[in-house]
Amino acid sequence: MELSQGLISAAYILAALLFIFSLSGLSKQETAETGNWYGIVGMAIALIATIADPRVDNVWIILVTMVIGASIGLQLAKKVEMTQMPELVAILHSFVGLAAVLVGFNSYFEMDHSALTNFTNQQQIATNIHLVEVFLGVFIGSVTFTGSIVAFGKLRGIINSSSLMLPHRHKLNLAAGVASFMLMVLFVQQGGGDGALFLMTFIALAFGWHLVASIGGADMPVVVSMLNSYSGWAAAAAGFMLSNDLLIVTGALVGSSGAILSYIMCKAMNRSFISVIAGGFGTDAVVNDDVDYGDYVEINADAVADMLSNAKSVIIAPGYGMAVAQAQYPVYEMTRALKEKGIDIRFAIHPVAGRLPGHMNVLLAEAKVPYDIVLGMEEINDDFAETDVVLVIGANDTVNPSAAEDPTSPIAGMPVLEVWHAKNVVVFKRSMSPGYAGVQNPLFYKDNTKIFFGDAKASCLNILDKL
Amino acid sequence: MIIGIPKETLTGESRVASSPTAVAALLKLGFEIQVQKGAGTKASFTDQEFIDAGATLVTKKNVWQSDIIFKVNCPNIEEIALMKDGAHLISFIAPAQNEVILAALKEREITTLAMEMVPRMTRSQSMDALSSMANIAGYRAVIEATHHFGRFLTGQITAAGKMPPAKVMIIGAGVAGLAAIGTAGSLGAIVRAFDTRPEVKEQIESMGAEFLELDYEEPEPDSQAEGSGDGYAKEMSKAFIDAEMALFAEQAKDVDIIITTAMIPGKPAPKLITAEMVESMKTGSIVVDLSAAGGGNCELTQAGKVVNANGVKIIGYTDLVSRLPNQSSQLYSNNLVSLTKLLCKEKDGTLNIDFDDVVIRNMTVVKQNEITFPPPPIQVSAAPAASKVAANQPAEVKAEEPISPIKKHAFIVAGALLFAWVASVAPADFLSHFTVFVLACVIGYNVVWNVSHSLHTPLMSVTNAISGIIVVGAVLQVGNENPLIQLLAGVAILIATINIVGGFVVTKRMLKMFRK
Repeated sequence: MELSQGLISAAYILAALLFIFSLSGLSKQETAETGNWYGIVGMAIALIATIADPRVDNVWIILVTMVIGASIGLQLAKKVEMTQMPELVAILHSFVGLAAVLVGFNSYFEMDHSALTNFTNQQQIATNIHLVEVFLGVFIGSVTFTGSIVAFGKLRGIINSSSLMLPHRHKLNLAAGVASFMLMVLFVQQGGGDGALFLMTFIALAFGWHLVASIGGADMPVVVSMLNSYSGWAAAAAGFMLSNDLLIVTGALVGSSGAILSYIMCKAMNRSFISVIAGGFGTDAVVNDDVDYGDYVEINADAVADMLSNAKSVIIAPGYGMAVAQAQYPVYEMTRALKEKGIDIRFAIHPVAGRLPGHMNVLLAEAKVPYDIVLGMEEINDDFAETDVVLVIGANDTVNPSAAEDPTSPIAGMPVLEVWHAKNVVVFKRSMSPGYAGVQNPLFYKDNTKIFFGDAKASCLNILDKL
Repeated sequence: MIIGIPKETLTGESRVASSPTAVAALLKLGFEIQVQKGAGTKASFTDQEFIDAGATLVTKKNVWQSDIIFKVNCPNIEEIALMKDGAHLISFIAPAQNEVILAALKEREITTLAMEMVPRMTRSQSMDALSSMANIAGYRAVIEATHHFGRFLTGQITAAGKMPPAKVMIIGAGVAGLAAIGTAGSLGAIVRAFDTRPEVKEQIESMGAEFLELDYEEPEPDSQAEGSGDGYAKEMSKAFIDAEMALFAEQAKDVDIIITTAMIPGKPAPKLITAEMVESMKTGSIVVDLSAAGGGNCELTQAGKVVNANGVKIIGYTDLVSRLPNQSSQLYSNNLVSLTKLLCKEKDGTLNIDFDDVVIRNMTVVKQNEITFPPPPIQVSAAPAASKVAANQPAEVKAEEPISPIKKHAFIVAGALLFAWVASVAPADFLSHFTVFVLACVIGYNVVWNVSHSLHTPLMSVTNAISGIIVVGAVLQVGNENPLIQLLAGVAILIATINIVGGFVVTKRMLKMFRK
């Protein structure tokens, strides 16, 4: 089966259009599923058209590897727990990064190095541009690759999630950038030199590693979405190398949408985009651990159940702790029990709750919580003052009043769920340790706050019993 | 420093400025506490409880000699005479009405913080004694009304006959009004509420009451002057008041209980319920006037008394808060503790009157030998009205452009020049690819911009799957004769396929779970 060049181009255009529809479909709840299908169909069309390209040979290698890859992918996607979604997405990004590096190398090896001297001026420029493309593609791919691996490790807990603070880390990053740029100039002047390319790859790998390692765990949602954007740019660079418009379009789509997504999230955290990417979070502000916030008050399941039964309105503010404890099902059961008693119950989701944007929404959806009682921060923040009980389940930094009250706090100015305005706040916690940002949370010591120690899942089941 | 808690002397006042719990909290901040003997008796706090909490009991003369005096009601001239020169006083003062007191305090160089001057800000909410007291007053107003009202509030159908639910109208939906709405609602009454600030409609409805709408819109002569910029109501125009009075007159014939809470800071209470309206009410109806102390919202109100006007009782108690003395004292003293925490950040038992802090600046009415009232205005808008946002839009749009036009244009020009340079040297082939690239970036930008928060994760996993398109590159390369290239391309195809399949499948799984 071989298709003409015209048909292939048509298929590519169709695929690109379908990808655009896919992304726009994904921005609304109602159209999301259709959007996903558009993406699948687009990808299928693109793959069939490419394989049918007369230039493509060794189809059996393609088919075998694709079947193996597809089955692995299927397994991964079927088995993954919803709480592990961030890790899966992160590791998938690293695959794209690695693939981009490999494609870049291939594209370089494919070049005919011998004919270099006899080029016309026009050809010389074309070659130079091609070399720059290869170089950039490999660079972005490498950064994505190691960056995603570190993100994966941090989310998994294999790598320490606090930010790595090497001395002069900004200078190190700068040096890596400058060195890479100089290597690029050298690489182009030589008309392609193995040494420069390999050295740069090494530097880029280290750079990607360091870049993400120096970003704290609390910023992981932004990092994951940023890596998503990088993987898009890597694909776009590969498209330039291979003069393939489909790759360029798709890469640019993914790249710019990922960048916007990261930007939206940074805005939600009142963080400068640049400083998150450069790994500057939480370093300039003074963390004052010595402040005595007073004492916290403990509460038991009976009292919480009692408090909930007597409440008129309840808001649940979930965080990563709920995901860790897999508590979304008992939380939903509890919600149902309270709803049957006629209590107004809602969920308040901070934009960066969890380790992935929209993480909490996914978990709550998994537990079949209807999405119209799951509200965003802006929608619900004014309602806390009229709320009888707020249950903070495994959230910490996203409900930290220091952000609003203490200008010296590292999270100062970040919009937070203002749960402390409610009449009563019950915080589900395993211990009194601070959250991901490493900042002490004065909420726990407020007069209207009670601490309910224990694993979030066990605690919820406990309360459910008493209701 | 020593904090003194004197016994309140105002007639009918049962509260005390500090509870034993608050004493313990203040001790922690490094202060010593003196409590006048019997200060808490009326609020059901025994002297022993204060001693147990760590306070010392003293005589009236000694308590007034403390460095800091915490009080509920404004001290009178004789009491000020008992105080030390240069002491501190924290209490309700009513600074706008009490020039004589301010002058006396200034004379004695007594730095004074007025509790009614807590600005309505998020940060200072824990000190807002007006709110904490209003909450109690609102509750108690309904209780008093029910007490004098000869009927059930809730509707019932019994074997002996049917009883309709009582109808309650609440004027002014501040903290007191909202508390009254909640209380009346929970007793089963039909509750309607009115407020001059349209933005509180939502709050009223959230408490389960009906918001009485006025078919008159207050003209906005100056759109910058937000109607409730300070979180309190302001005086309305003549036409507005006429429309409002017509509404009340109509409602008066229908409702059984009217609770008025309308107050304008620093002005006498507006007269909203006329004698005719009272006359038009059903016999046995009740009016509770929470503004009785400020002159009353009802023409027939007499402060501190219950007036019976042809079978309609008008309750003008000014001590509603004091009728729940234990809890109101607790809440008030918690407000004072919060304030003290702000004044004594070092926890060293000394007060720091820091005028850079707007809360402290706003509350301080006398600083040493200087009257610092009224304070400079601060805008602490509670909730901007929706209708006003529309009017302000042109101005806002302008404000949202952080980059100056010159800079912006410079960027555009620089970008265009750079592009022109690339275009002039690069081959046409590259340029066409570049065009595609730029257009795709713009599309990606626009498509994603409006994504809803809950879909961030699925969107990301879909884009991740789509970025597996890199597989196309590897597929094109795998036909090369070089075995190394074949191997690398094969690996690339493998992992990119994992990515594509994994991404799409997991997205599908996630989306399946989203349901209404």
